[in-house]
Amino acid sequence: MGREYETVIGLEVHVELATATKIFCACSTKFGGEPNTHTCPVCTGMPGSLPVLNKQVVEYACAVGLAAGCHINQVCKFDRKNYFYPDNPQNYQISQLYVPICQDGRIEIETSEGKKYVRIHEIHMEEDAGKLIHDEYDDHSYVDFNRSGVPLIEIVSEPDMRSAEEVIAYLEQLRMIAQYIGASDCKLQEGSMRADVNLSVREKGSTEFGTRTEMKNLNSFKAIARAIEGERSRQIDLIEAGKPVIQETRRWDDTKEYSYPMRSKEDAKDYRYFPDPDLPPVCIDDEWLEEIRNSIPELRPAKMERYIKEFGLPEYDAGILTGTKKLADIFEETVSLGANPKKASNWLMVETLRLLKENSEEPEDIRFSPQHLADLIELAGSGAVNSTVAKEVFEKMYASDIDPKAYVEEHGLKTVNDAGALEAVVDKVIENNPKVVEEFRGGKEKVLGFLVGQVMKEMKGKADPKSAGEMLKSKLS
Amino acid sequence: MADITKMTALQIASGIHAGELSVKEVLDAFYASADEKEPKVNAFITLSKEEAYAQAENVQADIDKGIIASPLAGVPVAVKDNISTKGIRTTCASKILYNYVPVFDAFVTERLKNAGMIITGKTNMDEFAMGSTTETSFFGPTDNPNAPGHVPGGSSGGSCAAVAAFEAPLALGSDTGGSIRQPAAYCGVTGLKPTYGAVSRYGLIAYGSSLDQIGPVAKDVKDCAALLEIIAGKDVQDSTSVQPEETDYLTAAGMPVKGLRVGIPKEYLREGLQPEIRDAVLKAAEVLAAAGADVSEFSLGMLDYAIPAYYVIASAEASSNLERFDGVKYGYRASDVNGLHDMYKKTRSEGFGAEVKRRIMLGSFVLSSGYYDAYYLKALRTKALIKKAFDEAFEHFDVILSPAAPTTAPVLGGSLADPIKMYLSDIYTVSLNLAGLPGITVPCGTDREGLPVGIQMVGDCFTEKTLIKAAYAYEQAAKEA
Repeated sequence: MGREYETVIGLEVHVELATATKIFCACSTKFGGEPNTHTCPVCTGMPGSLPVLNKQVVEYACAVGLAAGCHINQVCKFDRKNYFYPDNPQNYQISQLYVPICQDGRIEIETSEGKKYVRIHEIHMEEDAGKLIHDEYDDHSYVDFNRSGVPLIEIVSEPDMRSAEEVIAYLEQLRMIAQYIGASDCKLQEGSMRADVNLSVREKGSTEFGTRTEMKNLNSFKAIARAIEGERSRQIDLIEAGKPVIQETRRWDDTKEYSYPMRSKEDAKDYRYFPDPDLPPVCIDDEWLEEIRNSIPELRPAKMERYIKEFGLPEYDAGILTGTKKLADIFEETVSLGANPKKASNWLMVETLRLLKENSEEPEDIRFSPQHLADLIELAGSGAVNSTVAKEVFEKMYASDIDPKAYVEEHGLKTVNDAGALEAVVDKVIENNPKVVEEFRGGKEKVLGFLVGQVMKEMKGKADPKSAGEMLKSKLS
Repeated sequence: MADITKMTALQIASGIHAGELSVKEVLDAFYASADEKEPKVNAFITLSKEEAYAQAENVQADIDKGIIASPLAGVPVAVKDNISTKGIRTTCASKILYNYVPVFDAFVTERLKNAGMIITGKTNMDEFAMGSTTETSFFGPTDNPNAPGHVPGGSSGGSCAAVAAFEAPLALGSDTGGSIRQPAAYCGVTGLKPTYGAVSRYGLIAYGSSLDQIGPVAKDVKDCAALLEIIAGKDVQDSTSVQPEETDYLTAAGMPVKGLRVGIPKEYLREGLQPEIRDAVLKAAEVLAAAGADVSEFSLGMLDYAIPAYYVIASAEASSNLERFDGVKYGYRASDVNGLHDMYKKTRSEGFGAEVKRRIMLGSFVLSSGYYDAYYLKALRTKALIKKAFDEAFEHFDVILSPAAPTTAPVLGGSLADPIKMYLSDIYTVSLNLAGLPGITVPCGTDREGLPVGIQMVGDCFTEKTLIKAAYAYEQAAKEA
């Protein structure tokens, strides 16, 4: 009889903060510069350089902490984590161990099993490392310090999650908070949000934890879900075979769907943490804390409720629109420009999401402006363009944010409302398609669609298909 | 014509200002002196003549046009080799940085340049400022110009020797546990360690970050004050730097010391102190009393704990600060290596000297898990207690008078074999670094063998003006006596 196991999961989530400059120097945090162009003596660890804390980092970390219900340590400190690696120019990382900025919070998640809280152990601020580029061909390694010193917060949860579904729900909540605050864009693929999974299994009902492993290299929600399943069964297999689970860091290989140990025992780490003497304690006085608290925008739950109440949107729609900050922002701005909320919601929920999916893009990648969406809604609403044309124009807008009014004008896409012109075309279509006309008159009503199509084709899409259909019907009956 | 190298920096500056001296002529005189004495003294690791003459030309032009108003414009200055100088090799007297040329100036270097001061070269020191004799330098020891065959002290031995040998009128040193004040005493020159935070550390290659301060070395108190005026002040690049309320240090020289409360810690005059130095301190006390100061002895505890606390904290910070020297980005890299870890090991084994390795080991040990609380945290608590003891003392005194070092300069080659003994030579100076206090060493005659003796005056945080007032009063009175 097989035993039943429970998976116990805690997460360490690194979120890259959306500051313009790095955490300890004035270098740009922009992604994708030529190697070592966003660098200075500080972020390349030159002798004698000193760190100076970026205030915005404290504000973002604090805001995320407040949104996650954390206690804020109004006097917190930075510590050095010492380890040698070439992507780490000082060979120590400036982080927070002894007194992190935020502690003891919780985040509500909802899964198919209902609602529950995941407790936050702490949130701390730290700097990112550079990037190593290995050239297999000439057997050299190169280091790019552009990422060195980019600000991160690490959000450490308690081991409160029990399934991949809960983990994903938790990550989505975290992402939403960071995005709503504007603290991060949280793109897993680009590494601006990274999650390490601490996982152990135990027999159901047991109150003691099993030995855990830490898994790294998880760069999509799907990979995280697969890694959790994979690691769970690996550990259960070990236990069933009477073998011990070794506490270690493992690297998830998503193509092989298996995790591999990353470090050997001889590398057992002692980071020799101690307070960084170059950085005085961070003191957040009540006034500053209040300012940060007041700067936190309306978060998702409040926004959802407002959409349902104020705009009469169904809960499902409100949920999707508020699911990312970007969609909610576009929606609100479009509505504020006078567009009908339901129409605006429809364009975002249907066409926009479809195009995002087709192009494998994220809502953050949306290029069209709320003004243009509002203009398009107006064009379609007034009957100036028909729905087919509107969709076509929207696709152009999606691709390169064209001005819909100008585009319709330039390409002569306005619906022709001239009844005479329409009648001439309708007559012509009836004349040219005697066989189909015969079928229609014989009771086969669905061929009407074909005839309408012919009319639209003749008029290069500019006719109103409804009027065309009605006219055809009246002529043929 | 008077010998330029024997003039004080302020005299040289006024000569240049009056057009009686040219910047080049002054530079010529000091380089001629250096060329003559360097083979014996070895105060400099690098003489940057080319850069100095180029700078001299520009400064002279600016002085002629009246653009530079600084009181030390045109005066040469030697800079300790752990202070970054853009384009001029900065080695920390270590093999691991033997070829390192900074791409940026330290804050103080920038200040010197803006003041029209001419950087003549980089001075010798103990490797990474770790040592009290300048004998741990990769570039060989420095001889004491006022006590040939003896060490100049350390770690700013090169800076103090350069001033003592008239190779430079002024120098910058750095002081982590006494590294300006102890060699100043050994060499018979004046050296000042400012309050922690008074001078930016940006560009100073760190040894013990919470203790390091850059300070001036000069022939007399006024020159010291003038140079301090140029380098002190808040720097946004150093989060630990502070803007002192007053930086008009020179104005303090000549102010009356009547009623100045001077305390001598009894514990500082006990066993282990060379009798002639004890006498010098008491004599200095008499001189100050004669000038109107209220001098008394008092008890200042914690003396025995200063050295151990210092070595734990300084070594811990050093073990981390020196991690960046790994052969990856700059400096020495071992050849014939097999992979990354081998490169790290060989580079650091070959690149660092014995004393540096000893302190890295010590620092790594006290920070390692299981020992952190017992050593590092305990040392931090000791540091706080030392600060408290001084705080209490400064409720009763304006200046604390003490020896600068327990002995006069030991002979060359005799110190490194017994590191603990060498560590104890900082006994009167390290407490100030732990408490962040300013201190000045002024010459106070010689001992029986003719070796220079120095005394130390200690002030409360940011009371450099009081120190300068007291030191100047003593210096002038001693001159007349």
